[in-house]
Amino acid sequence: MAEEKKLFKVTIDNITIEVEPGTSILNAARQIGGDVTPPAMCYYSKLKDSGGKCRTCLVEVAAGSTADPRPMPKLVASCRTNVMDGMVVKNITSDRVTDARNGVVEFLLINHPLDCPICDQAGECHLQDLSYEHGKGASRYEFKRRTFDKHDLGPYIQLHMTRCILCYRCVYTADQVSNERRHGILSRGDHSEIATYIEKSLDNDFIGNVIDVCPVGALTDKTFRFKNRVWFTKPVDAHCNCDKCSGEVQLWMRGDEVLRVTARKDEWGEVKDTTKGEPGWICNTCRFERKKISDWVIEGPTQINRHSVISQGHYVGVKKPNETVAKVMGRNPKLLMDIKDVSEVNQVELSELKGPATSQVFKQLKKGN
Amino acid sequence: MQLTNRAKQVDRKPLNIAEKIYLPAVLKGMGITLSHIFKKKATIKFPEETRPFSPVFRGLHILNRDEEGRENCTACGLCAVACPAEAITMDAAERLPGEEHLYREEKYAAKYEINMLRCIFCGLCEEACPKDAIYLTETFAPANYSRQSFIYGKDNLVIPHPKENPEAFTKAKGLIDERKAKANQEK
Repeated sequence: MAEEKKLFKVTIDNITIEVEPGTSILNAARQIGGDVTPPAMCYYSKLKDSGGKCRTCLVEVAAGSTADPRPMPKLVASCRTNVMDGMVVKNITSDRVTDARNGVVEFLLINHPLDCPICDQAGECHLQDLSYEHGKGASRYEFKRRTFDKHDLGPYIQLHMTRCILCYRCVYTADQVSNERRHGILSRGDHSEIATYIEKSLDNDFIGNVIDVCPVGALTDKTFRFKNRVWFTKPVDAHCNCDKCSGEVQLWMRGDEVLRVTARKDEWGEVKDTTKGEPGWICNTCRFERKKISDWVIEGPTQINRHSVISQGHYVGVKKPNETVAKVMGRNPKLLMDIKDVSEVNQVELSELKGPATSQVFKQLKKGN
Repeated sequence: MQLTNRAKQVDRKPLNIAEKIYLPAVLKGMGITLSHIFKKKATIKFPEETRPFSPVFRGLHILNRDEEGRENCTACGLCAVACPAEAITMDAAERLPGEEHLYREEKYAAKYEINMLRCIFCGLCEEACPKDAIYLTETFAPANYSRQSFIYGKDNLVIPHPKENPEAFTKAKGLIDERKAKANQEK
């Protein structure tokens, strides 16, 4: 008979749970779920060695273990600290943690441009959520925000270095998911920046996953750039037969148009495992090239947390009212105006454009009409 | 069945002499009529005269420009998501090099439409706007014969250029700056 593993008992915010030895406090808290879970900007469970950089997951350890119940003197990063038997952790019940987290958010926002109205990540941005909960209304920073020279990361990925919070997730992705790594972090301190070595475009088959991994809008999809806001698109689970990846993706649709393809995300905003149990990274072909509805087999609408802005206008379990006017009258009612004949909006087939729409596209449209 | 105690018995007595000659009643009526000549008029001579608007009046929308004449709107979609009547739609586009004098940010609204038939003039779009771009002014949506003309595009909404047409710009802006200053004061 296999030897039974000894489980560690941890108490996080007065909730006790038994976890396997070697689990980090963050993962133990995720097993409990809900408000108890500390936020994480840099830790990513699917990426080895990630975490320990952003300091948003700081927690207070009120008692180290049963053997040594002294509290830890400083707040610890929960993604990098493993649980001990009898550990008592305070997250939202500790004022010190809340205070520290407010400070961390203020630091993260020092150089962040807060151009959410322009940013394509708005609506699914972890920094937005975090600053909504912990941020201050105004900045106390009096100096100029740092700026960078523009780097071109090829035709598919858009880099906005000013938005970067240096979480290193994309560097680990490039290192671990794709076979060769061609981008890393240059310089140090305030000057650190993500860059491709020797201006080489990233041409690996799985490099598109850096977009999903990025917690802010520093790396975004160029094929979706400025096409629509996230909350006006409809997330749909779909799959296809792909020889490179699992083909299990999430489509972001507007009407019958596929505007964006991403990997499926779990409740922590991380890439979900596929039905076969592997991490659900998707390949560049699926992400950037398959923008036709005929490329995909639709499985159904994605479950979205109803507190998310993405769920606005999406109704679950609605029964559409049965139109009886035509049946009673014997003909369809006369429309005094069909808005689609009059409106000039939504005339461009956005899914057919490779990049963002520009004034050129709209000029051509005028000639066409 | 009696519902209330306010029912009045109709007086069917024959008229007396004063009532029969009608003159006192006529004079009494004329008195009321003539007294109105000296009272304040309830009407105004529209359109020569207009009534002052309440400071919180919400009329037709404008899309604002900054002092250099660049459009403020970045097509962030917050007005559209705030709109309870779903009257606002837009298409975003990327600013090309050389268009910096037209649009303030790297993204802008290439098309912007407000369906004035749907709009309920609640002002939530103005409240939601992070870029100081949409404002409700002190003008009514004018009447029209066709429904099509109530779909307001950018040609109807964008404020005149402050440098090329400063008079029209200040007129279109109306009381916006005063309102803004007041709101800031209250903060």
